[in-house]
Amino acid sequence: MRRIFSFHGGVNPPANKQQSLRKPIADAGIPPELILPLAQPAGAPAIPVVTVGERVLKGQVIAAAHDVDSLPVHASSSGTIHAIDERLVAHPSGHPTSCIVIATDGRDEWVSHSGASDYRALAPADVIQLIRNAGVAGLGGAGFPSAAKLSAAPHTPISTLIINGAECEPYITADDVLMRERAADIIKGIDILRHILAPRTTLVGVEDNKPQAIAALQAAAQDTGTEIVAIPTKYPSGGETQLIEILTGKQVPSGELPFQIGVICQNAGSVAAIFDAVVRGRPLLSRVITVTGASVREPQNFQVMLGTPMRYLLEKAGYEAGRNSRIIMGGSMMGFTVPDSGVPVVKTTNCVLAPTAAELPVPPPAQACIRCGLCAEACPATLLPQQLFWFAQGGEFDKLEAHHLFDCIECGACSYVCPSKIPLVQYYRAAKADILQRHRDREQARLARLRFETRQQRVERAGTEKEARRVARKQAAQQHIQATRSESQEDPIQAAIARANAKKAAQRARAAHGSELERLEKDVVATHTRLATATAKLDEALAQGSELAVALREGVDRTRAKLAAAERTLRDYQRSRQPGFASPGADMTETVLAKAIAARAAEAALSPADKIRKDLAKLQQRLNKSEELLACSRRNGDEEKVIVALEATVARLTEKLSAAQQLLNSAQDS
Amino acid sequence: MTLLLAQYPLFSSLLILAGLAAACGALLGYAEQRFKAERNQVAVADAVNNLLPQTQCGQCGYPGCRPYAEAIAAGEAINKCPPGGAAGIRALATLLDVKLLPLDKEHGEEKTAPLVAFIREDECIGCTKCILACPVDAILGAAKQMHTVISALCTGCDLCVEPCPVDCIDMVSPHESLQTWRWQLPDPSSRSVDIIATDNVLRAAQRDRAA
Repeated sequence: MRRIFSFHGGVNPPANKQQSLRKPIADAGIPPELILPLAQPAGAPAIPVVTVGERVLKGQVIAAAHDVDSLPVHASSSGTIHAIDERLVAHPSGHPTSCIVIATDGRDEWVSHSGASDYRALAPADVIQLIRNAGVAGLGGAGFPSAAKLSAAPHTPISTLIINGAECEPYITADDVLMRERAADIIKGIDILRHILAPRTTLVGVEDNKPQAIAALQAAAQDTGTEIVAIPTKYPSGGETQLIEILTGKQVPSGELPFQIGVICQNAGSVAAIFDAVVRGRPLLSRVITVTGASVREPQNFQVMLGTPMRYLLEKAGYEAGRNSRIIMGGSMMGFTVPDSGVPVVKTTNCVLAPTAAELPVPPPAQACIRCGLCAEACPATLLPQQLFWFAQGGEFDKLEAHHLFDCIECGACSYVCPSKIPLVQYYRAAKADILQRHRDREQARLARLRFETRQQRVERAGTEKEARRVARKQAAQQHIQATRSESQEDPIQAAIARANAKKAAQRARAAHGSELERLEKDVVATHTRLATATAKLDEALAQGSELAVALREGVDRTRAKLAAAERTLRDYQRSRQPGFASPGADMTETVLAKAIAARAAEAALSPADKIRKDLAKLQQRLNKSEELLACSRRNGDEEKVIVALEATVARLTEKLSAAQQLLNSAQDS
Repeated sequence: MTLLLAQYPLFSSLLILAGLAAACGALLGYAEQRFKAERNQVAVADAVNNLLPQTQCGQCGYPGCRPYAEAIAAGEAINKCPPGGAAGIRALATLLDVKLLPLDKEHGEEKTAPLVAFIREDECIGCTKCILACPVDAILGAAKQMHTVISALCTGCDLCVEPCPVDCIDMVSPHESLQTWRWQLPDPSSRSVDIIATDNVLRAAQRDRAA
């Protein structure tokens, strides 16, 4: 007898499994329309390889896998591609996503396929490829590609292979009936996995509330080396890490995956799908789904084609829409309400639950946390739920990570026991999403910085290259001059002496004038003085009524223009010397930046009405500019497109201008 | 001397203590000079730069995030970055061990939702002005060809809006899809519950008065 361990915490909610166990698995048949989402639980969305109107056969690949973590999408039945567009899917966001819609023809015609019944002759990697091509994903809930899980650690020896048949969540019986009716296929599927992984021990964990499934599996597993282990019924023993702890006593360390401690876990349904994929060559096209809840008359399990709308499935089970409160995908603990009854079932749909309002009432408003600590006792991951709750409320992400928020499996045991009815799991989900977003933002910022720096280097390089070209041109010109001079038989020594003398004289002159800045400043001051004198003279002449006044006025105007020019030169010089600003024309970004910075600084000091007025002036300026451009283009007879675009701009700017004017009027009125 | 010390034990013990204090002080002073923690400005600027959001928008008054990071390392205020927001200021305050400050409103307000630039492609005339203005190379296009913003790379700095001669660039909130959707915290109204009966009476009275 194998020793069975236990995990911390856990709860025992009402199982509600008997309702759907009265009948064997029924075939749900072919719905008129199949909706197959391209989005994947892991990895990028698949890429469609069919066109609208094309006829497809059952099992044909209609969308190819994008990368190693995503899976191909197969047609679940034969028919024609009706559409490839956005449809609502079973996702808590309620957002539509790209789907391929097949209008079925009812003939259910298979594409040619063949299995590898002698898979033992194949290398493990080839068998994994077969599993990947068949689109097998974890059917337990997360939907992670089985092939990716099996090939995650080709160099780590796997000591234990665990098949998860616990199915601890209330209402769901899909794995239970599958294990009862297809025990032999599951055991053969396990043999395939053992061929791939070569584990020392193979264990199938089944909760002891499924005696028929345990008996069927034990009968099928005789003398195969696979051991069926009945484990005590406790929620969430079907969690991967929990089941590993129950069966092996080993805990998966925080932040690690099971294969790192030599364990691989696969869901019982996935194992049956692997058997179909490898031995029969059939991709994963349908799965067993429990349809239950008090608003269906005949709750039972169905073999359902992927892509079947939930409404179709519910009607097969005697759905009474009037009594129903909401439709849940999954069980009562971890399920979520779907946005619409028309959403399709996918690989991770193990249950469609249609309860009445009395059966699963809307939770009452949350009350204050009273720090009773029941959640910490129930948590199967040995976390501190109430601590995490406080940190999630306060957005203290570092502390959340330090308290191992990411070890939370979102089983909902804490919310179940909470006497204040706090939706704890929702807090953890939101906090996890925020933390992941923060990591993504940081990565984005890093890439933005890299691009910015690379761009700076590029701009700089372009500048130096330009400068080098300029210098080269100058040198060539000088050489040319020298060549002509030497032709004119001038003494080179004399010329050199003359050049040196000239250089010295220039240096002296510069020293006499002081630095460039001083020179410019002096220039401004001197011109200013001249202007003052000239103005005084003009005043005098005007007072005396002298005829010199006209000539003097001209002189004053000239001096004023000179003063303005001198001041501008000085300002430009000073600006070019300011740190952080390159000389004009060096870099477009920096010029734009400088402008934006100046504008923002000015804006901060303005009142709202002034701001609007300024905007107005700016808009007017832009309008003038655009009109000018338009006139210019018309004169030059530019392309039609340019003129049309410019006309549109003028119209838009005029519109904006009138809007701003109205805004200003209303601001002034108030 | 020894005799003198032996004769005045109080004096001699004071002397010894004073000597010890002087020796220890000298040792500590030397150690402080010798093993002075190098507050390397470049390293600090690097660390600060890593915390800045790298929008390169210039709202802080510096031409890019790196110059602002260098200014912070040299003692500039940490609250001039609106895209970083309160969270960014908190991270900077923790890193530099300085006082937490509210965001300086002079440099702009923190955006509640991220925005990205969007070019109305029918109206683009292919002038490349926005491409030259984009600090992070997030705009694709060539002269006289249509331009487009690679929204995944756009930092939302809005420096491209102003240079556009036909005004065809808008700042829009990015499209939320299944992949970018996130769980939100529970509705805040479900978090404040009237559990104290007397409070309810008071609140009802207030409502009546208001009505």
